[in-house]
Amino acid sequence: MAEVLVLVDHLDGQVKKSTYELLTAARSLGEPAAVVVAAPGAAAGLTDALKQYGAEKIYLAETDRTDFLTPEVDVLASLVESASPAAVLIGMSADGQEIAGRLAVRTGSGLLSDAVAVGPESVTHSAFGGAYSVEAKANTGHPVITVRPGAAGAEPAAGAGAEQAVEVPAAARRGATVTGREPVTVGGRPELTEASVVVSGGRGVGSAEQFAVVEGLADTLGAAVGASRAAVDSGYYPQQFQVGQTGKTVSPQLYIALGISGAIQHRAGMQTSKTVIAVNKDPEAPIFEIADFGVVGDLFAVAPQLTDEITKRKA
Amino acid sequence: MNIVALIKQVPDTYSERKLRAEDGLLDRAASDSVIDEISERTVEAALQLTESHGGEVTVLCMGPGSAADAIRKALSMGADKAVHLSDDALAGSDAVQTAHALAQAIKTVDGVDLILAGNGASDGRVSAVPAMVADVLDLPALTHAREITVDGTSVTVRRETDRGAVVLTAGLPAVISVSEKINEPRYPSFKGIMAAKKKPVTQLTAADAGIEAGEAGLASALTTVTSVTPKPPKSAGEKVPDEGDGGSKIAAYLVAQRLI
Repeated sequence: MAEVLVLVDHLDGQVKKSTYELLTAARSLGEPAAVVVAAPGAAAGLTDALKQYGAEKIYLAETDRTDFLTPEVDVLASLVESASPAAVLIGMSADGQEIAGRLAVRTGSGLLSDAVAVGPESVTHSAFGGAYSVEAKANTGHPVITVRPGAAGAEPAAGAGAEQAVEVPAAARRGATVTGREPVTVGGRPELTEASVVVSGGRGVGSAEQFAVVEGLADTLGAAVGASRAAVDSGYYPQQFQVGQTGKTVSPQLYIALGISGAIQHRAGMQTSKTVIAVNKDPEAPIFEIADFGVVGDLFAVAPQLTDEITKRKA
Repeated sequence: MNIVALIKQVPDTYSERKLRAEDGLLDRAASDSVIDEISERTVEAALQLTESHGGEVTVLCMGPGSAADAIRKALSMGADKAVHLSDDALAGSDAVQTAHALAQAIKTVDGVDLILAGNGASDGRVSAVPAMVADVLDLPALTHAREITVDGTSVTVRRETDRGAVVLTAGLPAVISVSEKINEPRYPSFKGIMAAKKKPVTQLTAADAGIEAGEAGLASALTTVTSVTPKPPKSAGEKVPDEGDGGSKIAAYLVAQRLI
């Protein structure tokens, strides 16, 4: 069975959840082979976790190159040549897209971007914020596929995890050099695109201070916090948390929209959520058209009551 | 410093957007087309750089004839000239083909120091074409820029994504993609709108750009859409007025759905 290369996404010595989803999806295409590109000494600590999600082989590429994202591209391009994989799977993120796009250019592969499901014949995309389901296939060998985090489940499975060191080639393209880094501080909340529950606030929240009511509910649920474009444009919440056509696309199990009217702009970023709850003063707000359960009322009364109810149930 | 600003015309995100059932391509007739918001920010960033460092801004757009409106908007903001790569043979190009086609078109502009683009179009899902163009041209890519500083022969960018911020440096020429936070684009002045009508727009066919038949377009694309299914709109569920127990009712619903 042909190998399926899975680029391992890792941060601070931890494998990201999206990688487990890729390893799970890879099993339907061939033999999962994890590819770790890391600083010297940083790769070995990741292998146990990869084996538990079915990695049959683990390529370890350690490098102290300081060019940004291009080492990953060079390693994957050399493995595509040597291993002739059935496909290359990469998690959808700003970095993942860039690595995937460059790799597809290098290897002359079809690029299937932002798949929500992966099959041996084709992949499924969700276009225009879930308004269309699109099936697409690559017409080349070793297609490069990026998969939306959270779209596919992660199922543990024992893998042999045979380790193989990979020599990192010299840079094949001129790159940009990293001269500084500032890790993001998320304050203990899950990442927006990976969270299984998202609580978002809109214009109705009214101010940056009052976003505390959104955060309060989110923290009770262990949820990520999102914001509509209107809330971000009004300066209530930072842009990195914007959900919508010009922000993040999320598809959690549960999405709670507080004071969000639900313009197409916003719905495009969240309407593939499994369950949508909406609270809005305006009974005509379009968010109710896609809400599984809606309450017409003041979010400052409804959300704290919901927070209390959940806290009571947990106690 | 001469800059090529890549711009794109997209369906307005505030209008309903449709895909054609027969080939999965965008139904351009179904919605209003506008210059992408991120393209306006790209042009603004290019103008600010040439205002402080001198040089010219050339707008480059690959798209159908109707994209002339997007080009006109960029010129009225202050860009000096434009290249419009437009050819029926390019329709349906995938991301890899588009990167190659844009790279070819960029080569028709002389003495380019910087190529600026948006970090992702509102109608696509790739958000990697700038880096792909850089790969084709063997240029460094500095993407998702929130700040750009040019210092003689090098450029430094503050790249901000979910993962935090990274400072990237590279020698010129280079490719930069800008994020939403880079700036607020200017509105074209009346003078700018009038001046734009006289600015040169070079029309390029695929052949003019050196793109050979079979290198671009739907028929030779590396990926193919095999089916397009409009999803039935999600139907509205229950909607209740808050009678002092709205929060409790939501909690009860979540319990019933085993979500909490």
